[in-house]
Amino acid sequence: MLQGKLYGSPQAAVADIQDGSTILVAGFAGYGVAERLLSALLEVGSKDLTLIYRDGPYSEIGSGPLPSIENLVSNGQVSKLISPIPYSPGGGGTIEECWQAGQLEIEIVPQGILVERLRAGGAGIGGVFLPTAVGTRFESGRERRTFPQGEAVLELPLKADYALIKVAVADTLGNSIYDGSSRNWAPVMAMAARITVAEAERIVEPGELDPEAIISPGIFVNRIVAAA
Amino acid sequence: MVEEKERLPREVVAMRVAKELPDGGFVNLGIGIPTLVSNFIPDGSVVFYHSESGVLNCGPLAEEDEQDIDLINAGGQFLQMVPGMAFFSTVDGFAMIRGGHVDVTVLGAHQVSATGDLANWMLPERGVGNIGGAMDLAAGAKQVIVAMEHTDRSDGPKVVEECSYPITGKGCVSLIVTDLAVMQPTPEGLVLKEVAPGWTVEEVQGLTGAKLIISPDIKEYEL
Repeated sequence: MLQGKLYGSPQAAVADIQDGSTILVAGFAGYGVAERLLSALLEVGSKDLTLIYRDGPYSEIGSGPLPSIENLVSNGQVSKLISPIPYSPGGGGTIEECWQAGQLEIEIVPQGILVERLRAGGAGIGGVFLPTAVGTRFESGRERRTFPQGEAVLELPLKADYALIKVAVADTLGNSIYDGSSRNWAPVMAMAARITVAEAERIVEPGELDPEAIISPGIFVNRIVAAA
Repeated sequence: MVEEKERLPREVVAMRVAKELPDGGFVNLGIGIPTLVSNFIPDGSVVFYHSESGVLNCGPLAEEDEQDIDLINAGGQFLQMVPGMAFFSTVDGFAMIRGGHVDVTVLGAHQVSATGDLANWMLPERGVGNIGGAMDLAAGAKQVIVAMEHTDRSDGPKVVEECSYPITGKGCVSLIVTDLAVMQPTPEGLVLKEVAPGWTVEEVQGLTGAKLIISPDIKEYEL
């Protein structure tokens, strides 16, 4: 009997997220974010979370949808953030305050390093040598090696317990496509998590999506919730 | 009290940078003056913009009544859909950058050193910093051009012998375009190539924290 991937509510889809979990949150500049899943995570209240994401809400631009990473921090659910842009460049708000008060650990990881570490985690690669951090403070403590094409620094794979992603259309097997720039981090995060939960704008039956067009094959998507 | 002399407006700096972009090239523009560069591409020339948001061939910004939340640039601004656009994930976006497929990136900076070290992600007195994708652009783009004001808010030099702020990339900058000068980091040192109208080499040197090597064919800022 095939275990169905459809969940009746965002709350049901994230209800088993344990305290201490590591969660990947897809999105870029506040777009392509699984808002309902984040909202449900606020209700579920799991604590001591590590969140890995591209950027905090862009309050300057005023476009970041709520709820956001910042709400989870305000709610006392987060112990660590890993991000290239942990909070809005214009000013940090609650995230910066909690970090300054020592209540929150923040690890800055350059964007292209973070994405390759997740890809390595998702693809079963033991580590990747990248030129990005050479000669910078991000090289500290890591192995540097010289290759024919230049120097590179060893970056280790990164995996997570959950990924919360937003998709445009998913079929009931989890095969998913995206809309425009809202694809961003979702495909790689879906690969790097033990359980990927997709918030889908539209859910269709198998066969309705063109197999040639699938961006995230269903093997990477474990749970599906309707966005509306 | 030094007399306040007029410096070039941001638009002119952007116009000067635009001259450097290769026809038909793939270009990534950072935030600030770099963003303005797209307004000054010479007639008859075509540039394809790459954005970390996952869009290739970015066109103009969208009108207010045509904004699509699934079509943004790296700064989170809404784009118009244009023919020939392509979407991709962040993995591919950074493969384009790190893999040397992006011809030129234009970035802002807090400091640039005489040997082309770039510092543009962190002012130590201001929080944890935001590295974003700048480090990958610095390491991976074929050419890194810095477009910035020549001095900081307290008129301290931003062009320096050695960066005091944490660096984004080592020896990565190939050209510095400011509101006073165009300079080229070389292994021998920083070469002054062009000077803003009305400014002397000595005045520019006075506002620069690194020793300038005067190019034999130095000229006025050329647009």
